[in-house]
Amino acid sequence: MRSAEFSEIDRRLLNDFQQEFPLSPTPYADIARALGVSEDEVIAALARLQARGAVSRVGAVVRPNTVGASTLAAMSVPPAEIERVAALVSGFPEVNHNYEREHALNLWFVASAPEADRLRAVLDDIAARTGYEVLAFPLVEDYHIDLGFDLRI
Amino acid sequence: MRPASAQAAVPRSPPAAGIDAIDRRIVAATQAGLPRVPRPYHAVADEIGITAAEVMRRSRHMLDAGIIRRIGAVPNHYALGYRANGMTVWDVPDDRVRELGRIIGALDFVSHAYHRPRHPPDWPYNLFAMVHGRDRAEVEEKVRRIAAFLGDNDRGHDVLYSTRILKKTGLRIGQ
Repeated sequence: MRSAEFSEIDRRLLNDFQQEFPLSPTPYADIARALGVSEDEVIAALARLQARGAVSRVGAVVRPNTVGASTLAAMSVPPAEIERVAALVSGFPEVNHNYEREHALNLWFVASAPEADRLRAVLDDIAARTGYEVLAFPLVEDYHIDLGFDLRI
Repeated sequence: MRPASAQAAVPRSPPAAGIDAIDRRIVAATQAGLPRVPRPYHAVADEIGITAAEVMRRSRHMLDAGIIRRIGAVPNHYALGYRANGMTVWDVPDDRVRELGRIIGALDFVSHAYHRPRHPPDWPYNLFAMVHGRDRAEVEEKVRRIAAFLGDNDRGHDVLYSTRILKKTGLRIGQ
């Protein structure tokens, strides 16, 4: 995707508002003032960015394991079984990310639940229903200083 | 590996200090996406049955406490042209993982850096760093830079490229 496909408002919204979205009664109007455009233009630009998938949402990013429990987990699934197992895993409402990766451990997902006990039960249930071992990789410590990601678009 | 069981216990985490049911409802309502209306916090407040001032006050508190890391536009790297997504994993000495993790986590091309448990013998890696690039060559170049930062502490590493996104939704928490 080339930068020419994004307007100046799009670029500013994408790069400058990954954090510090205003906690004020009228956040879109505040952003509009900062960008020198109208509130309607900001709302319309965000709607376009979401419609084309460039922004998945405008909202809160919660630190893992502070509100509920979550973990990364992985499975080693034979290629012939990957579609069945992946669909089963994705079908769990507790699974919010599920990626196929090039490795013997080829299915990687993130599962979240309100409590750790429920999370363990979900992983056990996935193992039991798929017939494959689930390796859990719970967060021990987070080192990333989240300043947003410079998209350089 | 023993079949059909969940390995490595999920740690018990104590309930986050200062979080009550209303905070959880605010998080649930805002992390799925703020409404695109002129007064979005008022819309959230109406849904929960509290005032907008209370929504903003509690959100500020959760931001200050680090429970909410940030509020903003969440970019979709893949849709923005970052088609190569490499989960880089490193085997570094346990007594240095924090110090090294902080260095790697501060690199501008690393979007996540975590200490996670090893699963020996098949999985010797204890440091995970997510690297995005427009193509694999760009990711590989970044992997070489991480390896250079780690030096002799890099006792082995691997890069797991994603080949398919099978599911990606915002975090949903129960209320």
